[in-house]
Amino acid sequence: MNIVNFTPFAAFTGGAIIGLAVVLFFIGNGRLAGVSGIASNFLTSKIKRIDNLLFLTGLIVGPIIFSIFISNEIPFLIKNSFPLIIFSGLLVGVGTRISGGCTSGHGICGIGRFSLRSIIATTTFILAGIATVSFFGVS
Amino acid sequence: MSKIISLTSGIIFGFGLTVSSMTNPAKVLGFLDLFGQWDPSLIFVMIGAIIVSSPFFFLTRNKAKPLFAQSFSIPEVKKIDNKLIIGSSLFGIGWGSAGLCPGPAISSLALLNNYSLAFIASMFLGFLLAKVFN
Repeated sequence: MNIVNFTPFAAFTGGAIIGLAVVLFFIGNGRLAGVSGIASNFLTSKIKRIDNLLFLTGLIVGPIIFSIFISNEIPFLIKNSFPLIIFSGLLVGVGTRISGGCTSGHGICGIGRFSLRSIIATTTFILAGIATVSFFGVS
Repeated sequence: MSKIISLTSGIIFGFGLTVSSMTNPAKVLGFLDLFGQWDPSLIFVMIGAIIVSSPFFFLTRNKAKPLFAQSFSIPEVKKIDNKLIIGSSLFGIGWGSAGLCPGPAISSLALLNNYSLAFIASMFLGFLLAKVFN
């Protein structure tokens, strides 16, 4: 194992900012900021559909504001083929709905609430992700 | 007011993802490449977010309702079952093969690229498919 590209300060700061968003959404609207749940509810349910759409729109506006005020270079590097991207999107969609959360819902909100379910989910998807990358390579 | 909160929360969330470079699939894959060229950054993102948000989940425990809604919506499912493990494993495999998860994928639409668009379209299809399993 070699440690490379490690940016602890930016990572922690960005994480703390994400934490603020989680707090605002929770004390304001009483909801957990789990993106897979918000996105799938937007797609399949009429309940709070506008709220969900606004949150998702905000996710897109965030990087735009960053590019205006901080830096217009936002790296996005992907080396995978299109079919693999589509395959992984399907797995992410099905998997997060079967398990009830993703990196934000289980990984941040759930662990923040000390939910055992979320701790197990997060451990599982991180291990599965590490296994996938170790087996197939970063590519 | 709840609408403004939803939009603002989304904007702050997307901004935080960008600050931490989580919108970059290569950065996320670096975290999952534990046995190769490992980039531990992602764990710092989670720690930062949990340190900030966790106290509020506990401070609001005895509050009857949030500021702009009738009640708190917190998942009532507590079961640790096969669905949790299988679903999380499928998600992890998908996450590890693209470096994208739902939040960063949606935020990266701002960067106008076809990959995010294709990923999100198939993720939405996955949401619908999961309805069949559930």
